[in-house]
Amino acid sequence: MANTSERTFWDYLADVSENHSPIDFVLIADHLDKFLYGTLVTLEITVLSLLIGGVLAIPLAIARAQRQRGLNGAILSFTYFFRGTPLLVQTYLFYYGLAQFEFIRESFLWAPILSKAWWCALIAFTLNTAAYTTEFLRGAIENTPRGEIEAARACGMSRLTLLWRIILPSAFRRALPAYSNEVIFMLHSSVVLSTITIQDILGVGRWLNGRYYLAYEGFITAMIFYMILVFIISRGFRWWENRWLAHLRPRPLLSTQ
Amino acid sequence: MESIWEYRYLLLDGTIVTVQLAVGSLILSVVLGLAGASAKLARNPISNRFASAYTTLVRGVPDLVLMMLLFYGGQQIVNDLGTVTGWWDYLEINQFIAGIGSIGFVFGAYMTETFRGAILAIPRGQIEAGISCGMTNLTIFLRITWPQMVRHALPSFTNNWLVLIKATALVSVIGLHDVVWNASTAGRSVREPFTFMFAVLLIYLALTAISDIGLRWLDRRYSAGVRSA
Repeated sequence: MANTSERTFWDYLADVSENHSPIDFVLIADHLDKFLYGTLVTLEITVLSLLIGGVLAIPLAIARAQRQRGLNGAILSFTYFFRGTPLLVQTYLFYYGLAQFEFIRESFLWAPILSKAWWCALIAFTLNTAAYTTEFLRGAIENTPRGEIEAARACGMSRLTLLWRIILPSAFRRALPAYSNEVIFMLHSSVVLSTITIQDILGVGRWLNGRYYLAYEGFITAMIFYMILVFIISRGFRWWENRWLAHLRPRPLLSTQ
Repeated sequence: MESIWEYRYLLLDGTIVTVQLAVGSLILSVVLGLAGASAKLARNPISNRFASAYTTLVRGVPDLVLMMLLFYGGQQIVNDLGTVTGWWDYLEINQFIAGIGSIGFVFGAYMTETFRGAILAIPRGQIEAGISCGMTNLTIFLRITWPQMVRHALPSFTNNWLVLIKATALVSVIGLHDVVWNASTAGRSVREPFTFMFAVLLIYLALTAISDIGLRWLDRRYSAGVRSA
């Protein structure tokens, strides 16, 4: 029997796992590398879809805000459709649904892209986040103070300069709080990946539980990983908001001395 | 199209399960939201701490993870408790209960914020006036707080409900026979997955549109007597 002071942390962990706790910490520690890899998979698709979706959303939001005839209705139906339906079903539509059509199965895109779970998820996620981002960016653009636009016109700015110098910078600032919600929302939605055979964080958790016939370990570890990611993201956005929205912060009271 | 017609009863059954699940989770989330909001507003540091831990946890964890934890882990806990206490042999948590429990739990946190904001929007003077008229706490809640809280909470409540309906799709992952599950089974058996998934999307859009009408009616009712700009 080893003296307690000589026991290493690992011995302690093994002892707790075996005798005192319903959760097997050693097993989790042994598979931590898999969870880290799952984190990369989750982050990869989340970040890529947010980037592509965000870039797509900018022209769509501008067209919506300026009420471009023809385009406006089409974009509205796109955003209504993608915002009104579950991401899970949208992903299923691409991953399971596309195989129904022969011309898709025979197209050159089928083997490298459209038959792959990763690409289908990326397409569905991108369209989904583009729809949400378009709508709140449109709101931010429409809320541009009228005076700013008039001032810019009075200075003789062209429409493009006006958009680039005045409308978009201030709209991005106003949309930032909503965007932080969208990013966290996308991270949460990315669990859909695990339902189409991709090993993201939850996918690894499900695999672990299935392999060792467990009830808690995989899910609790996944939960902690997601919490850490959300914590980092919200911290990052708070920092960003402090930088970009510094002029909107309430001013410190002048001391009355 | 013919295959959809052929399987219409399966889709209808699934839709009914989805609606039941959504309404059940909504009721649970409203109860939890009211409890959470009163815990956050109470002058009691312990209840404040618990309520913020609750909302932070839910904001940090995806709903599907909580759902699976409740469905698989909760089953284990219930059985272990039964073995230890000897009160029951084997109780099964079915997918429906796990779905309502986890979706209700998640949206309870969002409802907490909704109701908290709505209660804070009621002028303090009205409650003081109620106290000075000799109203009991319950009367104040029923006559002053509730009717105005509903009006202030409605826009955010509407938003939560629309997100909640979509969240119910996730229960198909733990095997509840909701509209998504039924449609994907049918779609696979007739080899028309796209048609069936598209039908599910349309069903969700219809549910959203119907609830929009209902919530607008509610908004008119509770905003009676308020001038709109």
